[in-house]
Amino acid sequence: MNVINLVRIAFKALQRNKLRAFLTMLGIIIGVGAVIAMVAIGQGSKKSIQDQLSSMGSNMITIRPNSNVVAGARLNAGSVQTLKIEDVKAIQKQAQYISAISPASSAKGQAINGALNWPTTIQGVSPEYLDIRAWTMKDGVAFTDADVTAAAKVCLLGQTVVNNLFTGGESPIGKIIRFNKIPFRVIGVLAQKGENAFGQDQDDIIITPYTTVQERILSTVYFQNIYVSALNEQMTDTAVAEISQILRVSHRLKPTDIDDFAVRTQRELINTFSSTSQLLTVLLTAIAGISLVIGGIGIMNIMYVSVTERTREIGLRMAIGARGIDILLQFLIEAILISITGGLIGVALGIVASRLVTIFLSWPTLISESSILLSFLVCAFTGVFFGYYPAQKASRLDPIEALRYE
Amino acid sequence: MSKKILEIQNIKREFRMGTETVRALKGVSFDVNSGEFVTIMGSSGSGKTTLLNILGCLDKPTDGKYLLDGVNIGGLERNELARLRNIKIGFVFQSYNLLPRTSALENVELPLLYNPGIPAKERRERAVHALESVKLAERLNHTPNQLSGGQQQRVAIARALVNEPVMILADEATGNLDSRTSYEIMALMQELNQQQGKTIVFVTHEADIAAFSGRTVTLKDGKVIKDCQNDNKRSAKEVLSSLPVSDDY
Ligand SMILES: Nc1ncnc2c1ncn2[C@@H]1O[C@H](COP(=O)(O)OP(=O)(O)OP(=O)(O)O)[C@@H](O)[C@H]1O
Ligand SMILES: [Mg+2]
Repeated sequence: MNVINLVRIAFKALQRNKLRAFLTMLGIIIGVGAVIAMVAIGQGSKKSIQDQLSSMGSNMITIRPNSNVVAGARLNAGSVQTLKIEDVKAIQKQAQYISAISPASSAKGQAINGALNWPTTIQGVSPEYLDIRAWTMKDGVAFTDADVTAAAKVCLLGQTVVNNLFTGGESPIGKIIRFNKIPFRVIGVLAQKGENAFGQDQDDIIITPYTTVQERILSTVYFQNIYVSALNEQMTDTAVAEISQILRVSHRLKPTDIDDFAVRTQRELINTFSSTSQLLTVLLTAIAGISLVIGGIGIMNIMYVSVTERTREIGLRMAIGARGIDILLQFLIEAILISITGGLIGVALGIVASRLVTIFLSWPTLISESSILLSFLVCAFTGVFFGYYPAQKASRLDPIEALRYE
Repeated sequence: MSKKILEIQNIKREFRMGTETVRALKGVSFDVNSGEFVTIMGSSGSGKTTLLNILGCLDKPTDGKYLLDGVNIGGLERNELARLRNIKIGFVFQSYNLLPRTSALENVELPLLYNPGIPAKERRERAVHALESVKLAERLNHTPNQLSGGQQQRVAIARALVNEPVMILADEATGNLDSRTSYEIMALMQELNQQQGKTIVFVTHEADIAAFSGRTVTLKDGKVIKDCQNDNKRSAKEVLSSLPVSDDY
């Protein structure tokens, strides 16, 4: 018996009942389509987070104050202030594995230009900050160390702020705006950066010397963050260790004390978010996988019904010379044809669904070949696994009894 | 003396039903020669179907010897029996047993699909030829529900013929048909027997159908009670032409 003939027989048997074959496929179609679309959404968001985080500068290191134990009570991170200019100076002086450093303290407030106003954030940093973040200027010039020393009232505007305060299209360079009633002279405009990985608008910002924010707005000597660039990506871990050591000394911590600061690399951030979206992918895929199994059970159910319903047909086939193995293979091939056809339609559906998600919801999606291959193999396996028992039942029928079956 | 197509010696078949044993065949012996047209007669429950199933290698006797075309069936296993059914035997059933929603041509092709080594082109040619020989050349693409009972039975006969078996076995092949259509089927059987020399074993319980065959074996309670040549064999064609004319066929 050659397999081509069996495929032909199985195909014709399915053709005789097209609607049923299609309905049987539906479970598989939905299952595979869901797996592919879900994995595409999961992978897409993971990749876009990774891309954006690494575009922020993969050798960037962030230092922030850590919740410290004060009289046995843990305070939340925002309320502790441990980072001072001495820390920045100590790192600047002693660290060998860093190329740039900038403290940062920011404040929220209302920016005003004439009759226009806009709620935004002012970020006080050093001139090196732009290098650390890999930000570029669109227009004008950045401030200098002299501006920092003088706590000069100069600022750089993000594009969103420009759009909201200078609606007439005039150049903001040289203009005076007010932030929390303090006048600032605009000396430059930052190039547009768009949203970051968490959907925040990175252009909704005003950049100014950190001394200006500390002295004129917040009246504080503490920083919320210190940003550092490691010499290169490979040296980030060395740089982190070095910085931690310097800060422990600078903060006069005893060896038994825990750090009152936290040093995090961009890679850690990437890993944190990757593992979150990894979890999401696993969950989505599990749900989709369950629907695939349900599809398989649907196949099994229909194949069982079909074997009972076609008992006379089976008897006849045996009477005209089909062996048990021919019957077994016929039903197995029918099941596999159903699952594979369903799988193919499901793959197409999954790809279309991913595209639609990208087009209409503008979520990033990434269709991976491995998810297509995997769900396809799962389909074929489903066909074999769930088709085998009904097929075996068919092949074991006694021809005489089958022919006599009403 | 022509060649013996089948030889059965002292065939017994018992069915065990719990503690009871039903003895359907109690020692049946006879031979059928190549080119013979034999009818097996007998009342209901006499064991005709049981015997035919054994002759058709669908069932094995509990005891006794059966040679089909010189091959002893006793020692064969399931798959070898399936192969014998495929190439040596053509079955015709009372209830046609055609595949629904499948064209006459594809129904007839079916046995050839289980016969390896027949290319697609030859398969088609042979199926068309078989349908021509049962005078259904115009109905190749009709599905069973588009055919009359007699036509369906002729498709079934074509299917039995297509693998060029050594023998055709029919179990009450006219049982579901009116007498006119039954005669048409018998005329076809006679034609196959006389013109193509096909060996036919035909089970019936109607004496007027048996009258078209050359020999009648009569069973009663699982035993042969009569086995005789038909001296005044009737021609189904002549009987048909003597019936009032109708425009069918
Ligand atoms: N599978 C079986 N199990 C038990 N008994 C059986 C089985 N098949 C047949 N028999 C018995 O064997 C006997 C002969 O049955 P068989 O079907 O051969 O009769 P038949 O001559 O073909 O009758 P009919 O003309 O009604 O078709 C009957 O008594 C029947 O009950
Ligand atoms: Mg019977």
